[in-house]
Amino acid sequence: MFSLVRSMWLIFLHMFHKRETFQYPEQKAPLPARWRGRIALTRDPDGGERCVGCYLCAAACPVDCISLQATEDEAGRRYPEFFRINFSRCIFCGFCEEACPTYAIQLLPDFEMAEYNRQNLVYEKKDLLINSEGKYPGYNYYNVAGIAIRGKDKGDAQQEEPPVDIKSLIP
Amino acid sequence: MINFWWIIGGVLFALLNTAAGLIWVERRMLALWQDRYGPNRAGPFGLLVVLADTIKLFFKEDWIPPFADKVVFVFAPGVVMLSVLMSFVVIPFAPGIIVADLNIGLLFFLAMSSLGVYSVVLGGWASNNKYALLGAMRGASQMISYEVFMGLALMGVVVLSGSFNLGEIVEAQRKVWFVIPQFIGFLIFLVAGVAETHRLPFDIPEAESELVAGFHSEYSGMKFGMFFIGEYLGVTLISGMLVTLYFGGWLGPAFLPPVLWFVIKTFAFIMLFILFRASMPRPRYDQLMEYGWKVLFPLSILNLMVTAAIKLWLNS
Repeated sequence: MFSLVRSMWLIFLHMFHKRETFQYPEQKAPLPARWRGRIALTRDPDGGERCVGCYLCAAACPVDCISLQATEDEAGRRYPEFFRINFSRCIFCGFCEEACPTYAIQLLPDFEMAEYNRQNLVYEKKDLLINSEGKYPGYNYYNVAGIAIRGKDKGDAQQEEPPVDIKSLIP
Repeated sequence: MINFWWIIGGVLFALLNTAAGLIWVERRMLALWQDRYGPNRAGPFGLLVVLADTIKLFFKEDWIPPFADKVVFVFAPGVVMLSVLMSFVVIPFAPGIIVADLNIGLLFFLAMSSLGVYSVVLGGWASNNKYALLGAMRGASQMISYEVFMGLALMGVVVLSGSFNLGEIVEAQRKVWFVIPQFIGFLIFLVAGVAETHRLPFDIPEAESELVAGFHSEYSGMKFGMFFIGEYLGVTLISGMLVTLYFGGWLGPAFLPPVLWFVIKTFAFIMLFILFRASMPRPRYDQLMEYGWKVLFPLSILNLMVTAAIKLWLNS
């Protein structure tokens, strides 16, 4: 009996405690930096697209909401011809971000993407590309990969040795 | 003397608005005690949430299950409203502001609040649903057994004041409120009152964690709204009775009009009811019955006998 009265008193005192609520539209809850929200395609430090169109994100996606078509420009860099994410299917699991070998696809701390029209939830490449390096500033895939493109031959990448001439006997 | 019809209209208007407003009050208060804000968007302080709720209830599909007993199903929600509103007839809000100054006011109140059981039983039975029936059976036994010592607890007040007339009971408290000589009776009436209105923690007929929604599982739209409003009216009624019988009714220092004293005290008790809901766990069904018959029932008889004995001893 006493414990009931005590708990009533303690709950009464909660009247004077701090509120836990965030008054949402005016007052936003702080989101952690790793929050898995809106998906974006980031750029490398030179402003080029990081995405190389390897389809790994589309393969990893459990709800098949990513579709893309890879192509190659005259410099020898692969890039997606189109890149489409259907956010009405996306479950924000972040598997695409983990699968991406070039840090191109990243999930950002932003969830305010509601739409009245379902069709507007299908984001094209122009909606997804952002002018930012995202979570990995300074990373440029072609600078560390041993693939040759125009202006960067084999062996020019960082921490890469010049290719061995396998047809020569000279050590 | 104010016109009779004005009193009826005023009481009805005040009560129905109070009952509707309690939707907002309860949600805000519960939120306050749970470190939240509660509804605060629609209108000033979220007051228009009452309007929104009402409009929602009116426009919901008013569905009667094909397996239900239609006449009784429609009739049952009205009973609770009617019986509670009839009880308010005898409550003196201030000297002269009373709908019917019956000399057996207290008995009338007990009779009318007993009739409220019918809405639970009929509603549960007519729904033809096992959960509704279980809730109705629980409600029937709970309300009937708590009715017994609710009446017995009130007899202490009758012994002290020597009258069944609620106005005279209030007048008898001029020197000292009955809550002091009748403290045990007050506690018993409070517990029985909570059980009578089947409010939490004694919401066993509804018990949403076990019985879906108990006796009103099948109700929707405004028929559910009637149960809802009936429950809030019941809370107001029990609070009003607590004030009338134990806390001196309209009596209070003269700087406020008597009606206002009654309203303030009643609202204090309504807050207590909401605090009960915010803080108490729901007892098991057998615990509730055991508590009623093994603790409160002997206690209320003892209270009545001791009160009567002291009264006789003082008179002799």
